[in-house]
Amino acid sequence: MGSINWFHYAAPQRFYPLAGKLVPWFGALAVVLTAIGLYIGLWVAPTDAQQGEAYRIIFVHVPTAWMSMVVYLAMATWAAIGLVFNSRLSSMMATALAPTGALMTFLALWTGALWGKPTWGAWWVWDARLTSELVLLFLYIGFMALHSAIDDTRRADRAAGLLAIVGVVNLPIIYFSVQWWNTLHQGASVSITKAPSMATPMLMGMLVMALASWMYCIAVALARVRLIMLERERHAPWARQALGSLT
Amino acid sequence: MSNLNELLAMGGYGLYVWGSIGMCAAVVVAELMVIRLRRRLLVQEAFDERTTEEPVA
Repeated sequence: MGSINWFHYAAPQRFYPLAGKLVPWFGALAVVLTAIGLYIGLWVAPTDAQQGEAYRIIFVHVPTAWMSMVVYLAMATWAAIGLVFNSRLSSMMATALAPTGALMTFLALWTGALWGKPTWGAWWVWDARLTSELVLLFLYIGFMALHSAIDDTRRADRAAGLLAIVGVVNLPIIYFSVQWWNTLHQGASVSITKAPSMATPMLMGMLVMALASWMYCIAVALARVRLIMLERERHAPWARQALGSLT
Repeated sequence: MSNLNELLAMGGYGLYVWGSIGMCAAVVVAELMVIRLRRRLLVQEAFDERTTEEPVA
């Protein structure tokens, strides 16, 4: 692994074919893992003693909520690399991740509401965890809106990139909200520091679904970044050639 | 979970559980369709540009 020259792939014309080869693999992994994860989550995992079958929402809620934060962190990191090294591809990666991150955030909120209604008796409460997750959705929307509001693409990359970096402050707020404040949202059942407080098949189903979400997000972001590369560089010889082969 | 009816009913929480999974599925399908549409539009635009360029050359 150490011998790969990563800078070689920093040029869009070289990354484009590489990403094209990776998309089907990540896509296939996402499909297989989702099938396994849903099988474990909906079939194998036992009914929860307190929450009944409603708890099964966690098999989609937890992975999408995790990805909403992971994708944001990835987006901000690419944006920062793009700003520091003035590299086009990094900024394109940040732009490609934003819609997927926004959708993951929306799904985390949606599935959370559907879990909250039967469990808490409310679709929504202005609790710290829920509110900071909603702010995350607005950050994604703000990033995309700011980017598309500026005509000069590189200026748009810099402005939106800066917004993404500043917004990172929201991530620890989301993550630690259940510890810092007295929230209705339950604390983490799975964390890095302590053993998970749930039955093994439940945990397995959740982890497999989380892995599936990772694969999905990578596949979709790579597919989207290929499009962004073609859109931005359509007049470059390599892009013209690639576009020609698609017709 | 022993049979399909039980799986669909989800112990009375069917609407909530399937509403969650269904929305996830819908979002995934929509995202993939939007990417596909965007690619088709780009290819079409590039094709139009090229065909209008040709008479000049």
